[in-house]
Amino acid sequence: MNSKIRKATTHISQNEGLIFEKSSPGKKAYKLPPLDVPAVDAEEVLGKAARNDPGQLPEVSEVEIIRHFTRMSTWNYAVDHGMYPLGSCTMKYNARVNEYVARIPGLAEAHPYQPTRISQGALRIMKMLRDQLMEITGMDAITLQPAAGAHGELTGILLVRAYLESQGSPRKKILVPDSAHGTNPATAAMCGYAVENLKSNAAGMVDIASLEAQVNQDVAALMLTNPNTLGVFEQEIRKIADVLHARGALLYMDGANMNALVGKVRPGDFGADVMHLNLHKTFSTPHGGGGPGSGPVACKKILEPFLPTPVVITKPDGTLGFDYDRPQSIGRVRMFYGNFGMFVRALAYIMANGPDGLRQTTEDAVLNANYIRKHLQGLYDLPYNTPTMHEVVFSDKIQTRKGIKTGDIAKRLIDYGFHPYTVSFPLVVPGALMIEPTESESKEELDLFIDAMKQIAREAEESPEVIADAPYHTRLTRLDETAAARKPVLRWKPQAELVAK
Amino acid sequence: MRYLPKSQSDREAMLSDIGVQSIDALFAAIPEEYRLTGDLKIPRSYAESEIVEFFRDRAAENAQGYATFLGAGAYSHYRPVVIDALISRGEFFTAYTPYQPEIAQGTLQSIFEFQTMICELTGMDVANASMYDGSTGAAEGLMMAARVTGRHKSAIATSVHPEYREVIATYARYQGMPLATVAYGKDGRVDLEALDKAVDGETAGVLIQSPNFFGIIEDVAAIADVVHKRGALLVVSIAEAVSLGIVKPPTEADIVSLEAQSFGVPIGFGGPYCGVMATRDKFVRQMPGRLVGETTDRNGKRGFVLTLSTREQHIRREKATSNICTNQALVALMCNIFMTIYGKQGLKELAQQNLAKAHYAADEFRKNGAALVFEGAPFFNEFVIRTKTYPRAINDRLLEQKIIGGFPLKRFYPELENASVWCCTETTTKASIDAAAKEVAQ
Amino acid sequence: MAYPADFKYTKEHEWLKVDGNTGTIGITDHAQNSLGDIVFVELPKVGAEITAGQTFGSVESVKAVSDLYAPVSGTVTAVNEALNTSPEEVNKDAHAAWMIKVTLKDPAEADKLLSAADYEKFAAEEGGH
Repeated sequence: MNSKIRKATTHISQNEGLIFEKSSPGKKAYKLPPLDVPAVDAEEVLGKAARNDPGQLPEVSEVEIIRHFTRMSTWNYAVDHGMYPLGSCTMKYNARVNEYVARIPGLAEAHPYQPTRISQGALRIMKMLRDQLMEITGMDAITLQPAAGAHGELTGILLVRAYLESQGSPRKKILVPDSAHGTNPATAAMCGYAVENLKSNAAGMVDIASLEAQVNQDVAALMLTNPNTLGVFEQEIRKIADVLHARGALLYMDGANMNALVGKVRPGDFGADVMHLNLHKTFSTPHGGGGPGSGPVACKKILEPFLPTPVVITKPDGTLGFDYDRPQSIGRVRMFYGNFGMFVRALAYIMANGPDGLRQTTEDAVLNANYIRKHLQGLYDLPYNTPTMHEVVFSDKIQTRKGIKTGDIAKRLIDYGFHPYTVSFPLVVPGALMIEPTESESKEELDLFIDAMKQIAREAEESPEVIADAPYHTRLTRLDETAAARKPVLRWKPQAELVAK
Repeated sequence: MRYLPKSQSDREAMLSDIGVQSIDALFAAIPEEYRLTGDLKIPRSYAESEIVEFFRDRAAENAQGYATFLGAGAYSHYRPVVIDALISRGEFFTAYTPYQPEIAQGTLQSIFEFQTMICELTGMDVANASMYDGSTGAAEGLMMAARVTGRHKSAIATSVHPEYREVIATYARYQGMPLATVAYGKDGRVDLEALDKAVDGETAGVLIQSPNFFGIIEDVAAIADVVHKRGALLVVSIAEAVSLGIVKPPTEADIVSLEAQSFGVPIGFGGPYCGVMATRDKFVRQMPGRLVGETTDRNGKRGFVLTLSTREQHIRREKATSNICTNQALVALMCNIFMTIYGKQGLKELAQQNLAKAHYAADEFRKNGAALVFEGAPFFNEFVIRTKTYPRAINDRLLEQKIIGGFPLKRFYPELENASVWCCTETTTKASIDAAAKEVAQ
Repeated sequence: MAYPADFKYTKEHEWLKVDGNTGTIGITDHAQNSLGDIVFVELPKVGAEITAGQTFGSVESVKAVSDLYAPVSGTVTAVNEALNTSPEEVNKDAHAAWMIKVTLKDPAEADKLLSAADYEKFAAEEGGH
């Protein structure tokens, strides 16, 4: 089996232990300026509250710290290296100008409680982002407060609940399609709603007949991702919205897949009442190894009175400020105003693009996913024949004939120099491979990906044992996740403590 | 557009491969009535230089280079430059959640170190890889206490940050969780008698903050006695992480919710910050948030993986411990690097400087006629004074000297009248303290 | 795989062994095979009531959680504490790794369950897609 891996080559990388293993008493990486006020005795001032044991924090020098983290960073794969096709994660390019402007001192060092007259710059950024996101989504109002997508979902469903309560009854349940992301049912439960599953039809979309049968006076809302987690646009969206609205229920849209829609269509126009956005997906704020994110929630006028406090307003004298006098508000979902650092980055992204850039971005995202679909169709099973938007879902059905599963293919893809796609999600497709390239990939990168997946398909056919034990070219082979879960070791312990055990 | 790596001929070649005439064919699934035919009504695209100029102008409309006495949940500490130098490496900030451990050991190992250091500082057995912030962490702590005990009520000290309490009220409303409040006493600490009355056999968790919103360090041991006597759990919020360098950690707590923003996270107008939860080993399965564990690969080499994932939303769905997915990984990395730079001795020295500055300021303010509102209990780097003049008037005068004064408490604690809470960190100069001391006397 | 003839089975892949008024409950070999490496078993406390058809606990593998459904109703009299530290025993021998013992509320409920032969057939059909 002669596989040609074109994108990556193995290379020497540095080893690095835990920082505690490098620690030695007396090593220092800091120097504080001398005190310009009298020192105080902690024991005297704090009494019983004084700390006597500082804890086993490391003592190392600055150069060791630089080497420690630099070496570790080289063990990661990131968007800066190449395509990172995780479905519904939208791993797009994180523009450097965003990082630069977020660090300008007047913005980076602003305290949230400083007087509004010296915070006009920050407020203006929030207002502009707000206004532009409302235009992009076709909604009437928005809050920037939620810290991430799931937090946005919580906020959105709380808005739904508050609105329905004001109409007489909050109702009892939320409908969630079986293709939904796990945060959807988890969120509904946190808002005191029961979760009811909505089956997908044979085309992987909402089954209208089921919807009509299930939407009754007990249903508060449907949580819908559009395009759905199969990358398919719900063509019957008008009917879906109508069925819900006719029975007094609302349509919540999970905006995780907005990368397929920006500049081409607006959820507010097609019937969504409330939705969240993921600034760390569609609007390019960095994923950072798992956050921070930001999950603004946009909504129609009927939900506006219930938005979290405070709300940015323009005062009579033309300056900007915060309005706390919101008697119907659901309250706060977090302290202060939201992940402001992400607002700066998202606004910079929108500014760099303008309307034409945003539209071209969406078109390229959809073009890229369809290009991959065209070239891998036939080699990998395509469970649904419906048109693909920005992400495509295959299954491992063909490869399982030789005992190879989606997780194995993903591990082999690592040897080819890529980060894997999303494995085994959505749950409606057994053995799913969920691929979202985003617009940030060139034709060259896509061709390398397609080539890699083609070779792996051939390996699965001719020499499946090669895949079953992959990856081979990484510093570590497959890790024992079972042992990690059975006997969790969640922190380093000093040797003395371990020996004593 | 410079972020799009395709030429027009690339696009045409790809469309041809796909077998469609134009890109519009790929959007045909969108009903025609909704398709946008024109541009979104947003400003035209900007050059990079224009973007930089725009944000510089905004920054200039914000105070720049002012001295500050604001704390109240967000703290101005010096950020070593090594932090940004390292977290700006693309391998860290453009990576995602480490679901594929073989190519994410950098992220995983650093989180494992972070979890360890948080345990050492807080005195707990296990810590997670971050929550959104201290306010949602506190809410999650109380919900966790409910899961562990099987009870449904919570009691919250009014000396906990008011915005934390607002968040908890929002979260608790639909969890069937009645909230009781516990007043503070003359010394600014939780009133133990009031606490005793507020906790009963149905109380799942009691939340306090230490140092609290007034800067006062609570008597955690005494509070824990009352709470545990009734079979409830004690949740302790820590908003000023630097205090852990010199203040005894709340080892009597069952759950600690830390806001680690002080550890090298930019104050940035309120976010992103870095919440962390820590608890006892026996409660780990009820703790939300990602956890990194140590394991070995097939050759016996040490490595790290996300573990105990079955607590989380992507597996448990509606029965998950929380709906949290994306957390604050990059900010946690900033905190990790900060804790590593200062280390065992440095955090202590840093905390000592904060203690010295705040106590000098309290003395100077008192000498100049301001009254310290709470006496008799120790404080770290924040304290509350009552002035003859309305705090905003004092702050207006200070602003003219490019000094931002303490946070007026009228909005949250009207019973304290002309009171304000002042914070001094290692960055606060003697000169600003002396200048402020003169103004508070007027 | 031989399914013990003296056990009864459910379609949710639990087994029940009846001894007078005591029922012993576990999960089948088919179940442990589908789950993969088991990392944690969550069981009720002694004294808890379980109801036929309703969940009484769960079994976790690294990437999945499966609810345990009560084959019969009753009161829990014993819990296999060994599974706290060694959940892998269920993978090693699912039919020996009992989970809970209960005092049966209504012994007749057991009669509604599947026999070893019927269960074997059912499991084969389910697994064979």
